[in-house]
Amino acid sequence: MKRFLGFVKKEFLHIFRDYRTLFIIFGIPVAQILIFGFAVSTDIKNAGVAFLDLSKDETTQKLTDKIISSGFFKRTENLISYNEIEDIFRKGKTKEVIIFEKDFARKLLNEGKASISIIADGSEPNTATLVTNYTMAIISDFNADISGIRSNNSMLIQPEVKMFYNPELKSQHMFVPGVITMILILICALMTSVTITREKEFGTMEVLLVSPLRPIQIILGKVVPYFLLSIVNVILILVLSWLVFGLSVKGSIVLLLAESMLYIMLSLSVGILISTVSGNMQQAIFISLVGMMLPTILLSGFIYPIENMPKVYGVISYLLPPRYFITIIKSVMIKGTGFLYVWKETLVLLSMTILFIAISVRKFKVRLE
Amino acid sequence: MRTILYLIRKEFLQIFRNKFISKAIFGVPIVQMLLLVPAVTFEIKHVKLCIIDNDLSSESRGLISKLEGSTFFKVTFSTFSENEANNLLHKSKFDMILNIPSGFGENLGTGKAGKLVVSVDAINASTAQLSWAYLSGVIRDYNMNILSENINSVPVLPVPQIMVTNRYWYNEMLNYKHYMLPGILTLLVTVIGFLLAGLNMVREKEVGTIEQLNVTPVRKHQLIIAKMVPFIIIGLIDLSLGLIIGKIFFNIPFVGSIALLFMCAFIFLIAVLGLALFISTFSGTQQQFMFIAFFCMIIFMLMSGLFTPYESMPGWAQDLNMINPVAYLMKINRMVMLKGSTIHDVSREIISLIVIAVCSTSLAVRRYRKTA
Amino acid sequence: MDNRVIIVKNLIKKFGTFVANDNLSFDVFKGEIFGFLGANGAGKTTAIRILSGLSSPTSGEVIVAGVDASKKPEEIKKQIGYMSQKFSLYEDLTIKENIMLYGGIYGMSKSLIKERTDNLLEKLNFQDYGNKLIADLPLGLRQKLAFSIAVFHEPKIVFLDEPTGGVDPITRRQFWEMIYETSARGITVFVTTHYMDEAEYCDRISIMSEGKIVALDTPENLKKLYNAATVEDVFIKIARPVNN
Repeated sequence: MKRFLGFVKKEFLHIFRDYRTLFIIFGIPVAQILIFGFAVSTDIKNAGVAFLDLSKDETTQKLTDKIISSGFFKRTENLISYNEIEDIFRKGKTKEVIIFEKDFARKLLNEGKASISIIADGSEPNTATLVTNYTMAIISDFNADISGIRSNNSMLIQPEVKMFYNPELKSQHMFVPGVITMILILICALMTSVTITREKEFGTMEVLLVSPLRPIQIILGKVVPYFLLSIVNVILILVLSWLVFGLSVKGSIVLLLAESMLYIMLSLSVGILISTVSGNMQQAIFISLVGMMLPTILLSGFIYPIENMPKVYGVISYLLPPRYFITIIKSVMIKGTGFLYVWKETLVLLSMTILFIAISVRKFKVRLE
Repeated sequence: MRTILYLIRKEFLQIFRNKFISKAIFGVPIVQMLLLVPAVTFEIKHVKLCIIDNDLSSESRGLISKLEGSTFFKVTFSTFSENEANNLLHKSKFDMILNIPSGFGENLGTGKAGKLVVSVDAINASTAQLSWAYLSGVIRDYNMNILSENINSVPVLPVPQIMVTNRYWYNEMLNYKHYMLPGILTLLVTVIGFLLAGLNMVREKEVGTIEQLNVTPVRKHQLIIAKMVPFIIIGLIDLSLGLIIGKIFFNIPFVGSIALLFMCAFIFLIAVLGLALFISTFSGTQQQFMFIAFFCMIIFMLMSGLFTPYESMPGWAQDLNMINPVAYLMKINRMVMLKGSTIHDVSREIISLIVIAVCSTSLAVRRYRKTA
Repeated sequence: MDNRVIIVKNLIKKFGTFVANDNLSFDVFKGEIFGFLGANGAGKTTAIRILSGLSSPTSGEVIVAGVDASKKPEEIKKQIGYMSQKFSLYEDLTIKENIMLYGGIYGMSKSLIKERTDNLLEKLNFQDYGNKLIADLPLGLRQKLAFSIAVFHEPKIVFLDEPTGGVDPITRRQFWEMIYETSARGITVFVTTHYMDEAEYCDRISIMSEGKIVALDTPENLKKLYNAATVEDVFIKIARPVNN
């Protein structure tokens, strides 16, 4: 036991002497929180819109003003003809063109029907749909206003909306759980896989293996410091989110931390598994970083909801640890649920951890023989 | 000049003799593109709706059948119990609850306002807003229908209806793959190039072989160029592979000039690899480099405009993006491939890339020390 | 005619507050085999790296092959060869590929490279193995190769930093035969070592201890002066071990 602790202490010293890496290990989550909190969002702001107003009457003017003053859009150009559209899209600044047909106000008044065409730049589908939908919502509002004035303002259905779990509609609620999930698994897998393959590459692994330490002790010894570092990271992210966005943990903090510890163990064991199939650090880095980064971001449900993916991916995502943890975090942190709601996911994470460690230990033993 | 060629030759020999790397640099992009491109979409296929109808009037049933007929919504559950509905919302069984209280139809019939309560799972704020906008649109539509059918309210003039049609240019069917493929391709090329070039340089430092080069008359810029060229070539090959895959498997259109795209990619790679080599001068070990690289790349990726719209970023963030080469290439990629933009249209982006390329490479050369 | 190829006056190298080279002064003459002895940590590697332009002196005058090392280290590199203490050939390249790389860097023509490569392989008795990876070669052969590549371009001076570390006695002997041969061709050899018996092979030696030079002369003179049978005895008499 004493030997083991001595080994762990050595690993700790190794890590703490490397200021740069330490700085980055804590710096990455901080930077991500800040970016997600302040720099990126999925709301529309200042989207470039050009108007092709073939009518130029009071109604179109009012509607145009309404659209521009919404804060979502920024007027780029007033077009004269249809032919100009292709050009301004190609320039890239305009995301949407709104076309009012001729005699708009008159048609609306006399015939009760007038048309607007919205043409969006489909090369950026996210922006295109968001922009189109926002525009349609504004037009729809405008429509309701003018018809409300016509009829006696009675017989109106008045829906009242309650936004659950996120009443202020902040995008952090979706991103912060995702950030935690992604960072933990990538950093942990990277750290453990590299630290173990480093010994392999520089030949010091043999020294460890012939020492009185058992393989499982070597593995755990290498892993313990990173485990503690990662817990600090989780706490750091939670504190930051609370300070910076006022995002607090709705459910039990103890449960959240316990689940995080389980997930950290799992992520570390992924790193260990990677190290058993890597001959040197370059390979380990490649597999852990290049191999895992994009799939984790894209397939775990972090930014893109799994339900919208083709069915196959639903199945694939069951194999990905991050998917389960994101569900757990969202439940406990944002919805405030208890263990009963997440026991299934917890069980899966636990089984995966045990499985990965078992495979790794076996591979280690094989190497010894 | 000959020296550079000898050095480049050595780099290629080392890369292709490495069994893992020589397969991974082409295999990983191919696999990831085939795997990831079909998966990503922001489209909301069906918003799962739970109906609580405590009214059971013709008005409420009319609204419900309109919702059932909509392609956007899917009524997956109905109940009379608010508690049960809320509980299941907790479990994420559906996305929205529409609660029609008793008296709804009656109120509408007697000229009063008909109230409804909608509960939305708003964890994903933008999806929530979108779903709510759609729902209120459907409700408004339904409301219009009731108004126009109703003989009690006889408007002097017909109720105005603005007819909106919308189209998406360059991507009629709004196929997300057209958008994601160039994006994912750019990210992969960036990550692979950055890591390989940087790790390679740091490794030579760690192992000690760099010293044998430092003691020769070889010039700094020759060393740096030789460390970049092989990975530029590999990056361009990956780009070609990606485009071919895009064409064959996903039918991605390529409207603009291929030569323009490759030229921009070339400048981009110089910028990115120069940056990697510059960072490698700060790293003593491969592990250190890896973390710094991870940090930079995550920031570049998230701010690049692929996952979230560029326009939504605040001014200062957009300014920061001026030194983000990934953001530029993403934009160029999309504009040239999908819209056929010409060199004039992307001239600003190209110039920015050139500036970054020149700066990062000269920084790398300047900081590199042959004599400690 | 000044036939000093290396002139060192009052060389000081500090790393922070630690003085690795403390006021060194010595000269090396053309064609001689100059040995730089000392225990591990005495400052030998630091000095040799300054002489080969890999490191710059904190203060003092260092002139190698007529060039001022503190002002123009790159000029020095055109005229010297170097073999580092850490093995630094590319393990994932073959013998021929390693030679080709360095030959090319030093500006040798393809035909010259080929000619000298064939000679070299013959000398080492390794004619058929030119395409073997360095990683597959035994240690002794690797060291000999590293040395051969260091002098492949026939430099004026070659710097060898602990070239025989970890090698068996027979290979060491063979190595020193190669050094003699090189010296006979007019190349000045500057070698550091902590093997005291190798001192006997040098024309002149200098003994370093804790950053200072404590002795500088031919091995015979030193033995006479300190009444010692071997250079090792001289060393024990005058140099204190670094770690007490």
